[in-house]
Amino acid sequence: MTTTALIGQDPGWLILVKGLFIFVFCVVCTLMAVWGERRIVARMQMRLGPNRVGKFGLLQALADGVKLALKEDLIPAAADKVVFIIAPIISATTCFMAFAVIPFTGKVTLFGHKTAMQLTDLPVSVLYILAIASIGVYGIVLAGWSSGSTYPLLGGLRSSAQVISYEVAMGLSLVAVFIYSGSMSTSEIVAAQHQWWFSVILFPSFAIYVISMVGETNRAPFDLAEAEGELVGGFHTEYSSLKFALFFLAEYVNIVAVSALATTLFMGGYHALPGLTFTESWLGGWFTLFWFVGKVVAFFFLFVWLRGTLPRLRYDQFMKFGWKVLIPTSLIWILVLATLRVMSQRAVSRMVVLGFSIGVVLLVVLVTTLYDRSTAKAKAAAVLPELPLPSFPVPALPGQSIPGESSVSQIEMVPELESHNG
Amino acid sequence: MLHTAFHLGLTVGRTATPEAVQFWILAPLAVIAALGILVVKKAVHSALLMAWVMVTLAIFYIAQDALFLGIVQIVVYTGAVMMLFLFILMLVGVDSSESFVENLKGQRIPAIIAALGLGGLIASLVGRATVAGPAVGLTAANADGNVQGLAKLLFTQYVWAFEVVSALLITAALGAMVLAHSQKVRSPFAQRDLSIARFRKSSLGDAAGLPASGVYARHNAVDVPALLPDGSPAPTSVSQTLRARGDIISSSSFALESIEEQED
Repeated sequence: MTTTALIGQDPGWLILVKGLFIFVFCVVCTLMAVWGERRIVARMQMRLGPNRVGKFGLLQALADGVKLALKEDLIPAAADKVVFIIAPIISATTCFMAFAVIPFTGKVTLFGHKTAMQLTDLPVSVLYILAIASIGVYGIVLAGWSSGSTYPLLGGLRSSAQVISYEVAMGLSLVAVFIYSGSMSTSEIVAAQHQWWFSVILFPSFAIYVISMVGETNRAPFDLAEAEGELVGGFHTEYSSLKFALFFLAEYVNIVAVSALATTLFMGGYHALPGLTFTESWLGGWFTLFWFVGKVVAFFFLFVWLRGTLPRLRYDQFMKFGWKVLIPTSLIWILVLATLRVMSQRAVSRMVVLGFSIGVVLLVVLVTTLYDRSTAKAKAAAVLPELPLPSFPVPALPGQSIPGESSVSQIEMVPELESHNG
Repeated sequence: MLHTAFHLGLTVGRTATPEAVQFWILAPLAVIAALGILVVKKAVHSALLMAWVMVTLAIFYIAQDALFLGIVQIVVYTGAVMMLFLFILMLVGVDSSESFVENLKGQRIPAIIAALGLGGLIASLVGRATVAGPAVGLTAANADGNVQGLAKLLFTQYVWAFEVVSALLITAALGAMVLAHSQKVRSPFAQRDLSIARFRKSSLGDAAGLPASGVYARHNAVDVPALLPDGSPAPTSVSQTLRARGDIISSSSFALESIEEQED
């Protein structure tokens, strides 16, 4: 029986239990993620990180949350009150909705019912996640606009442009997955990866997805919407107390959501690592949850690692990268992939397929070398404008001559000094 | 929208209860929001209500088994088109409210005619859907799956229409780019060039940046010039914009009184 048919038989109470599970999972993930991120970044910077509240500082995020909730809730006088309140609500509700179609486990038994830990499955699940993500942007954009001041507005505009641009690249990277699995439903995509993970056979798509998922969640090095050095706090500058907490929650739940999607689409979902498939039947199928969470945590570690390592991109470089590198690359990749797919379906001989692949590789190498050469030439040809050299306000060092001044005076000075000393 | 609403309303006796409940909750909200688009003052609020109407429409589509259409409606219209609208509205002004000045003279009469035409079109569609007998229904269309059925139609029967529309859209996009494009005569003067130019000047007085405002005065706001060592105000220490606006306070008004005056 397929997963779709299996979860279609769920009684109402079981659906409620699954909904509750998703909510609790996301909130616990957020609390652990905040703590984990601070500890890992601290480790990378040779510090200790929070280690006072609870064992290993595990309850630090909870304590911070309580403190945040008890702070004064400010609404600026210039703010558009209704939209100001709606914005964090939009952010915090949409981020949970993506989890409705994520398969957490394979077939399990829950309170005597045979089911799978997936709230629902649609024939267009992955598109549904994209749709939810695009509604989630409204939270950020409206927060920026309704605050009624400049920095939040700039942050909101930046983030909307960013998310829209990277959503295109993300959508294109998913097309390859759809072509290979023949479906847009998450459970079928996971089922299609029982032999080979898509991160292996569709590696370019996987790389593009991973880059664009960092852009999509406004995380370092793509955190231009809340660049501290430029925009104070970006779109949430004017927010405080629980409303700020909602944005904070949304950011971390979004990270978990894109990580879960990456796991589902490219890393085999809840399936065990290659060679360990016998573990999938342990604990009545519940052990698959361990594999799923493990992969999500690995992706989360990648997020933290990036934040600890890379400096923030400049805005124009970031946009150029999205539109001029990621999108064309994925378009070409899809074209090549679709050709290969049709070839394999038509049972074209191996030699033709091999010849085509080698031809594509050679073409890519040729184009990139030519491009590199032309940019190198352009760089060499660029000359600085000829301007008069300045006269430095500092005395020249021994052996150095100041342009514009006669070097004779320098030489004359030296014996004079020597005679003083003598 | 009207079509969907009518259709749902007429067949409500035959539809499943959850769908009817969902319809009677969402439809009034959608209609109120649609009216709100016309009534509210701020353009951004209109855009928001529009987004809400689009999302409710998508839910109606999904409730009627047109799953793909509903999701694409959200991705394309709410996520991309409406977001770009919002983007422009925000750039135009934080609190620009709708003006009632007619920018294009004599557009009202064609607009009314076009609206009447659209109304007639919708009425005829609703008529065809209700009078022409029972529809085939989406169950028949979705026999091989919603996405597959749609794909089959798009890439066989309607492939030319599809291609023509896409060519039209590409032409429109190219036209917009050509109209908005401006030829750059020289490469933009960036931070690096500015820095080089500062050091290539005959005087290196500004090499480390311009003096900060009000450094030696008793008042250190941005609108008070700094004092040079000889006691005269430094003209480059305040923004040229403030100077042009006349928003500059003389630093001499904050100067210490002379010692003789203090002793008196």
